[in-house]
Amino acid sequence: MRKIAIYGKGGIGKSTTTQNTVAGLAEMGKKVMVVGCDPKADSTRLLLGGLAQKTVLDTLREEGEDVELEDIVKEGYSKTLCTESGGPEPGVGCAGRGIITSINLLEQLGAYEDEEIDFAFYDVLGDVVCGGFAMPIREGKAEEIYIVVSGEMMAMYAANNICKGIVKYADAGGVRLGGLICNSRLVDNEKEMIQELAKKLGTQMLHFVPRENMVQRAEINRKTVIDFAPEHAQADEYRSLAKKMADNELFVIPTPLEIEELEQLLVDYGITA
Amino acid sequence: MSSLADNEKLKDDILDIYPAKVARKRKKSIVLNDPGEIPEIQANVRTIPGIITQRGCSYAGCKGVVLGPTRDIINLTHGPIGCGFYSWLTRRNQTRPGTEAGSDENFMTYCFSTDMQDPNIVFGGEKKLKKAVKEAYDTFHPKAIGIFSTCPVGLIGDDVHAVAREMTEELGDCNVFGFSCEGYKGVSQSAGHHIANNQLFKHVIGKGEEKTEGEFKINLLGEYNIGGDAFVLEDIFEKCGITLGATFSGNSTYDQFASSYSADLNCIMCHRSINYVAEMMEEKYGIPWIKVNFIGAESSAKSLRKIADYFGSQKLKDRVEEVIAEEMSAVSAARDEVLPRTEGKSAMLFVGGSRAHHYQDLFTELGMKTLAAGYEFGHRDDYEGRRVIPNIKIDADSRNIEELSVSADPDKYNQRITDEERARLTEERGLEFSDYEGLMPQMEEGTLVIDDLSHYEMEELIKAHKPDVFCAGIKEKYAVQKMGVPLKQLHSYDYGGPYAGFAGAVNFYKDIALMVSSRVWGLVGAPWEKGESLSPVYVESGAPAVTMTE
Repeated sequence: MRKIAIYGKGGIGKSTTTQNTVAGLAEMGKKVMVVGCDPKADSTRLLLGGLAQKTVLDTLREEGEDVELEDIVKEGYSKTLCTESGGPEPGVGCAGRGIITSINLLEQLGAYEDEEIDFAFYDVLGDVVCGGFAMPIREGKAEEIYIVVSGEMMAMYAANNICKGIVKYADAGGVRLGGLICNSRLVDNEKEMIQELAKKLGTQMLHFVPRENMVQRAEINRKTVIDFAPEHAQADEYRSLAKKMADNELFVIPTPLEIEELEQLLVDYGITA
Repeated sequence: MSSLADNEKLKDDILDIYPAKVARKRKKSIVLNDPGEIPEIQANVRTIPGIITQRGCSYAGCKGVVLGPTRDIINLTHGPIGCGFYSWLTRRNQTRPGTEAGSDENFMTYCFSTDMQDPNIVFGGEKKLKKAVKEAYDTFHPKAIGIFSTCPVGLIGDDVHAVAREMTEELGDCNVFGFSCEGYKGVSQSAGHHIANNQLFKHVIGKGEEKTEGEFKINLLGEYNIGGDAFVLEDIFEKCGITLGATFSGNSTYDQFASSYSADLNCIMCHRSINYVAEMMEEKYGIPWIKVNFIGAESSAKSLRKIADYFGSQKLKDRVEEVIAEEMSAVSAARDEVLPRTEGKSAMLFVGGSRAHHYQDLFTELGMKTLAAGYEFGHRDDYEGRRVIPNIKIDADSRNIEELSVSADPDKYNQRITDEERARLTEERGLEFSDYEGLMPQMEEGTLVIDDLSHYEMEELIKAHKPDVFCAGIKEKYAVQKMGVPLKQLHSYDYGGPYAGFAGAVNFYKDIALMVSSRVWGLVGAPWEKGESLSPVYVESGAPAVTMTE
């Protein structure tokens, strides 16, 4: 089983990209599990056709210690296994601690022992803000990281920070960066700039996902693009991304940039002009 | 055995073993005293990780020290159960049942906690806290509930103050207030004292009716009734005709705090833990404060005379002299009896934020010399005197604690004493207001004054000077006693006391005389000290870990 964590700046499209990619992998006949690590619990909405999921933490709170795997793992699109950590409402409690609790429970319940599973995905909230959100990359819980990024400055800044987090845990946990996924925001020279950023980080731009309204339309219909419009060109983009991910063999410890270097990149590619 | 003259070398030897950076830092906290020209000491700075410190945490200072001794305020710990349980009645604060109707509640024998668990950390603990406040209220109907924050509360951001406001409003006849006294705040329990002072001042003091009875009305601040100390002092004040309005906080009640602005003088025992309240009460209500010390018979007499001088009444002065004379006869008899056993012996005191100073008076009365002393959580002013306060560097840890801005109360402010009268009393009677001269002026030249003593430093001091008694707390007790030196706990009094006032002095004389003349300490010794040797072997399966040979 390959354990993959998807990180990236808040709002960059991690959940959307993850689920569309997962749909691509599932279509290829791979068995995939998705663990949503966002308190909003919306990481599996497109696979499940809505927010029908009861989160791990809610279940734990209501049922006590007596939780079965079936209570928290639901089957979604093309037999994908979906689970959501859940967490507190905004501004309350500690969501990071919640993720730790939740992943530990999934492990205890043997969620990762199913030998048929080819991929387990962690879809993690925003930046690596505290220890709890780094949980999937600690202690070998996730082995591969992909960072969703765009040509916007803050998205690149966040990607660089996440790389620092990976470096920190790379020795202890053996986690590696598998690449950047550019989710286009139609920034000038975006593709080239992200390719350059990837190069500087010592990794690759795995795929450039063009901006396309079909993604929105599929989302409104609570579906991935592959599910909603399988013939559409955007569906092929995700199929292509899924294929590259399945075939990927480039796993590195990234070399994060100094902030000046990052800013220079934006200047070089004409964003500031 | 070393003499004081060897202390410079002892200091160097102690520092020698530390890594350079640690030695540089500790050097500033280990000072050879000079009462003529008080040296600067580094105090109230973070303990270096790895050093075995005597210090406690902010929560302990707030809940355990300042609020713990009050019987009718429910102290609710918001946090995991251990914090509440292990801070429950450990300081031996005693209390009496109230005498007035409706004042007989005593919650000190109960331990209240929200018992925070993993889901409360993840989802926030405010709802559970509200439920706990409601449950405590429904069960006991207390006048007040204090909520004490433990470390996780600060990390997850539960707003205890918002909960307190909401519950005060909802309950109607119960004053609920919170303390942001998370254990990690500040460098020691001292931060917790300050936080406790602030909240008492904001939420309790001034909320009660004015008390008019009594001619000579005082409050006693920084006396926590450990082992019954406050009872002794209450008796003395009563004999003298002095009306004690409130003690902060030994044997105290919520109403006494609330009405404490009625007093005409605040007398401070433990300067470190409560000077903030005294300062703020002077600003807001016009009540001056003086430093007193009721540890030691002579000091007690001196403190009573200070109070009498302040009020200026001949009747009070005469009565105070009568009481002193009366009490002193028993004190002298007890002292004469033990003196042959104690005179010429020595002590070291490393405890608290005032006790390491106050108890030196008792040792002086016993003819014993204090070789070294220091505080766990004192600040520079507790060592060098309040005159250094303007020069104390405010660091980030101190900035973390709220400084209340206080102004005169439009209705309740009443300047008790004119500036001229103040000046006259200082001039003629030597009565210093708003001042504490600290520990150092009283200690002999060449003695060691050490802040935040580490266990290693403690052992070196004992090896060098072989004191006849060491005064500290439970964390040091058995380490010291293994070295063949008796240790007197000055937090819990080793289940003895009271030691305050005249009757307390007599108790202390007897207890110390026993400790320093017992021969049992000479019998303490490990096998290797008696010529037996231990040879270690690596553990193999089936083999004993250690073999002993003659």
